[in-house]
Amino acid sequence: MEKEEYLDLYHQMVTIRLVEEEAALLYQQGKIGGFLHLYIGQEAVSTGLIGPRQPQDRVITAYRDHGVAINCGIEPKFVMAELLGKATGTSKGKGGSMHMADVEKNFWGGHAVVGAHLPIAAGLALGDQYSGKDGVTICMFGDGATNIGYFHEALNLSKVWNLPVLWVCENNQYGMGTSVDRASAVSEIRQKAEGYGMPNSRVDGMDVLAVYEASEEILAKIRKGGGPYLLEAMTYRFRGHSMGDPERYRKAEEIKRWQENDPIGIYRAKLIETSVATDAELDALDQQVEQEVAEATQFAETSPEPEPSALFENIYADD
Amino acid sequence: MARITMREAISQALWEEMERDPNVFILGEEVGVWGGTYAVTKGFYDHFGPERVKDTPIAEAAIIGGAIGAALTGLRPVAELMTINFAFSAFDHIVNEAAKLHYMFGGQFVLPMVIRTVGGGGRQLGATHSQTPDAIFAHFPGLKVVAPGTPEDAKGLLKSAIRSNDPILFIEHATLYQVRGEVPDGDYTTPIGVSKVQRPGKDVTIVTYSKMLEISTKAADQLAKEGIEVEIVDLRSLRPLDMGPVLESFKKTNRAVVVEEGWKSYGVGSEVVSRIYEEAFDYVDAPIQRVAQKEVPLPYNRALEQMALPQVEDVIRAVKEVL
Repeated sequence: MEKEEYLDLYHQMVTIRLVEEEAALLYQQGKIGGFLHLYIGQEAVSTGLIGPRQPQDRVITAYRDHGVAINCGIEPKFVMAELLGKATGTSKGKGGSMHMADVEKNFWGGHAVVGAHLPIAAGLALGDQYSGKDGVTICMFGDGATNIGYFHEALNLSKVWNLPVLWVCENNQYGMGTSVDRASAVSEIRQKAEGYGMPNSRVDGMDVLAVYEASEEILAKIRKGGGPYLLEAMTYRFRGHSMGDPERYRKAEEIKRWQENDPIGIYRAKLIETSVATDAELDALDQQVEQEVAEATQFAETSPEPEPSALFENIYADD
Repeated sequence: MARITMREAISQALWEEMERDPNVFILGEEVGVWGGTYAVTKGFYDHFGPERVKDTPIAEAAIIGGAIGAALTGLRPVAELMTINFAFSAFDHIVNEAAKLHYMFGGQFVLPMVIRTVGGGGRQLGATHSQTPDAIFAHFPGLKVVAPGTPEDAKGLLKSAIRSNDPILFIEHATLYQVRGEVPDGDYTTPIGVSKVQRPGKDVTIVTYSKMLEISTKAADQLAKEGIEVEIVDLRSLRPLDMGPVLESFKKTNRAVVVEEGWKSYGVGSEVVSRIYEEAFDYVDAPIQRVAQKEVPLPYNRALEQMALPQVEDVIRAVKEVL
């Protein structure tokens, strides 16, 4: 990788962090409605995963989607605008936090029913296989999604049809407030792929370069016709499941231990240690992102609300 | 015009659309090697090959979710659910995904997909395999629900459905496959969301669809012998629901009976009757009657099952009630 590429990963991770922190503030101010699931702590997973994708590779994820949207190339201002329900948002203000997408960026959402997007991901991959295209569908989901039937139907189908899908379980240790060992028969999620004869591995989801390398290698294998693969990324969300989570299910010491393992901090130290960048360069980048996020928020706040006529638009494509 | 069965009409529509557009493909349980559990896709596998006639595992969420994903990439999947009773296993994907995605993502997502399925009772398949839950699916904006009652409409509506850019639930009836009817030669389509007067009359309006069109027609034949001229309006689509021909007919006859196979409570009749009262109250000469399935899970025993399903006599009785 070139220096700019290393710095680009850093830029993306810091952007996600600051967008999420800003979103938390806006939520507390009552400017964002509904649920808000923050990606803080998990930035390295999505950033590393999507970093090496080709333009023809599709990405689809669950409701914790702001970071993924940014990694797919959606400008923060459109993410912010959607959070505020504005007409300029990724989904014209009709989707909200959990339903962001940009077909042009090959980002297919943002799906809020746990596990329901996995069969859809299989279908996206089927579409490419049917049409003879060499795209790979990257489908992200949490550990909680691996206990629902959709996960098993989708993994089985993908293997039976040898579909080009990279299944990525972001194991952040909790499905809402229930820990993996209380909800899943096996706590090592990757083992579930064994039942489908599917290759699988685990990666440190707090190390963006480790995720990047794993993703690059696996995507190449799938692209060559290697079939589906399950990657389990070990990670941790620093905030609650969503805003308003009382967090009775985990101890402060545990959160603190993981926060010392901050994916941005780890990466920053590595960039300096390997002389890719200096402290000053990274500080400058941090300030640049602060400015960008401030501008994004400004854009969102000053964007128009959807017209009342939007209520009845886009119910059907044929109309 | 050729006289063919409902099965042949549906099969022809699928075959012709697959010949016409390489993006059209079929997926579902036993659609390929087996030839379809109702033999609708017999011969398709050999002709179109396994890539376009895809046998799936018994996994309804994967079938519908897979169809949604493939549709998003620009293909035109026709997903088959062996019976509508199994649609409950894919309910989330039908009503919570397919019906929502276009709207929820601001129009970016387009889902040109058809879900073909089979509903209705009368074959002694017991309570879990005999339901007519059409109204449940018609409840959701974003989904279109079509249920033909004649071979001509089945062929034309299915062709329209496959060419449409919206998700469409296409409900066939298990006991109509052998029914014969005249079908126009060559390529034609029938518009979705347009009701049709299937039989003209002046004394009373029967509003119905699917299998109950057959039952209502038999009732109308018998009533004709007594000099009662029934007009039958076939809804054909439950969503969008075209009330135009219903209201037009009602304003002429001032009397109506709604006949459906599903349960009466919260059903198609509830909707149609409400709309008539809302939009044509001044024309009402008698309380509108509803004929529907008895409010029980459908039993296996043949006599009990037939007792629960709407019969010709029930329709005749209801018509006489409103006259």
